[in-house]
Amino acid sequence: MAYQNIFTQVQLRGELESGVPLGPHNDARIGPFGFTYWMGKLGGAQIGPVYLGTLGVASLIMGFIAIEIIGFNMLASVNWNPQQFLRQFFWLALEPPPAKYGLKILPPLNEGGWWLIAGFFLTASILLWWLRTYRRAKELNMGTHVAWAFASAIWLYLVLGFIRPLAMGSWAEAVPFGVFPHLDWTAAFSIRYGNLFYNPFHALSIVFLYGSTLLFAMHGATILAVGRYGGEREIEQITDRGTASERAALFWRWTMGFNATMESIHRWAWWFAVLTTLTGGIGILLTGTAVDNWYLWAVEHHFALNYPATGVVDPATLPGAPQ
Amino acid sequence: MTRKLASLALVLPALLLAGCEFGSKTQTQVGPRGTAMVQIHDTSSIKPLAAVPEPPYPLTPDMLEGQRAKEAYQNVQVLGDLSAEEFNYTMASITNWVAPDNGTIKDGGCNYCHNPENMASDEKYTKVVARKMFQMTRNINANWKPHFAGSQNAAAGNAGVTCWTCHRGNPVPQYVWSSNVANPKSIKGNKFGQNTPAQTVAWASLPNDPYSALLEGKNNVRVQAAKTFPTDHVASIQSTEQTYGLMMHMSQGLGVNCTYCHNSQNFANWSHSRPQRVYAWYGIRMVRDSNDNYISALGNVWPANRRGPAGDPKKIFCATCHQGVNKPLGGYPMLKDYPGLKGPYVSAAAPAAPAAPAAPEAPASVPVAAADTSKPAA
Repeated sequence: MAYQNIFTQVQLRGELESGVPLGPHNDARIGPFGFTYWMGKLGGAQIGPVYLGTLGVASLIMGFIAIEIIGFNMLASVNWNPQQFLRQFFWLALEPPPAKYGLKILPPLNEGGWWLIAGFFLTASILLWWLRTYRRAKELNMGTHVAWAFASAIWLYLVLGFIRPLAMGSWAEAVPFGVFPHLDWTAAFSIRYGNLFYNPFHALSIVFLYGSTLLFAMHGATILAVGRYGGEREIEQITDRGTASERAALFWRWTMGFNATMESIHRWAWWFAVLTTLTGGIGILLTGTAVDNWYLWAVEHHFALNYPATGVVDPATLPGAPQ
Repeated sequence: MTRKLASLALVLPALLLAGCEFGSKTQTQVGPRGTAMVQIHDTSSIKPLAAVPEPPYPLTPDMLEGQRAKEAYQNVQVLGDLSAEEFNYTMASITNWVAPDNGTIKDGGCNYCHNPENMASDEKYTKVVARKMFQMTRNINANWKPHFAGSQNAAAGNAGVTCWTCHRGNPVPQYVWSSNVANPKSIKGNKFGQNTPAQTVAWASLPNDPYSALLEGKNNVRVQAAKTFPTDHVASIQSTEQTYGLMMHMSQGLGVNCTYCHNSQNFANWSHSRPQRVYAWYGIRMVRDSNDNYISALGNVWPANRRGPAGDPKKIFCATCHQGVNKPLGGYPMLKDYPGLKGPYVSAAAPAAPAAPAAPEAPASVPVAAADTSKPAA
């Protein structure tokens, strides 16, 4: 029953391995550090070596500064009380500037200035980390799929916090840093712009998001189910008969009449994941810039039903109405 | 191993459901299927209706005759057109409602407002406030009829409020609000009026004093775009969150879901809304009128212990009357026993017979709104 488990059952032990030698113009790697039993439950048991490099160090410093600015602003908002910081953490926020400042580069620090500075450092950190994923893939002579998938997520992040606020002419349109505050922002954003569920790009984004989870579940389940035949060694099995790989394919052909291949399933998963944030970003960018009320847009474009009128009239339009 | 998994299978769903309300629910469909337009009530948490006190003694028609209060007594500025007997009846009632002489409050009884040596004297601030509150009550009952248009008592002219509707035996109603203290200049202790676990906005991090902005003055509650494509309509996400906060209060104050008024697929759309939204629209303006022209208009009359931390008086919102039920006092027509509180029509702007706001059953041909909040206190 060893293969029917939610944790990795097999842990390799032996000489610590440094991996392939690095080419020129690289920094030294740090580690390897050793084996840990508990990390081995989740993945490879060996920790390190890690390649930090200039980009990694710069990214970590930028990210550290951003987190510190956000955290200390939150801590200040509860009068520097660590206990209240923990108790109220989910409610606390670093808010963007109010609408009156428009796109002012640096409004007063206590009125969104800190938000802009934190946003700058966080963005710098993320972009440096992206470069790092690109460079490391190149150094290993890999494709750069990871970097481009990450870029798709960065696109959505930049649309929410930078590109759309620029287009709207106000930093106030951007998302606050904070757990509940950013969720409240999301709800208010949808209400203000006439229900985001009627935004077709939002709909596409949800399709790809839910599709990603479905594909992930199907693929993960399939491979685990043929684990007893070594199914996790996908590629080396695809040319043989009776292997885990063939059984996995047959299972889906029998149940659906069609199967992904060991290669195509990953292509599917990659595109679904990438398109989630790509279409989501497009949907956000169009909101308020091109379309102000998505429900009305959807009714006009026969994308949504118009419900029967209840006969209720806006009282503000009646003669003599109080305002 | 199996036992571990089995116990996990038992414990995990229990933990996940810990936030759910068990028990039977009642459901009422109030709109098209598939729009969540259903009112769901947990039967065990429906608020019991508060008892309505009996009149102090029956008010017979012959008691309405005879000498007027302003002739019988001195310094009767508001209720002078009542008969002296109805005036006394009304005074006995308000004593029970606001400052009962039953030991529940300090100095309860007539002397809560009056100097027993000179009943006409205005030396106690409570008497000055009470006079303004009579004006406010009459203004609400006479000029804000559209807010009560959905009441089953409207046809008989008994839809409206008495002092009891809010006070319920307390000198200060149980549910009132006052402004937050101003934000500090620095970031220290500065939550920008939000991002705090606050009951007022259902524990969200929404702006927790939406009342100062939206339940006095004339700021716009409306934020959602009314047209498909961008116009000159500007409403920031922050002002949207403020409106959201106010709606949380309305929902809690009335014990209803969003869909009691709105079709939530497009909140702003009036032609998909229920008539209750119209009553609420008038209600917001009625509350503003009452806060601006009556409560805040009393100014320095309010002593420090009747003001909030920011120095403004305790003001009203939806929950002040509604107290968690959509019809205060369960719709009991309390006003029928207190005709002196219905009040004369005092506003020149108010038409003689204010039409009900357009309701689906009988849309008035030329619906006319009843009152204008811009008018000064009567």
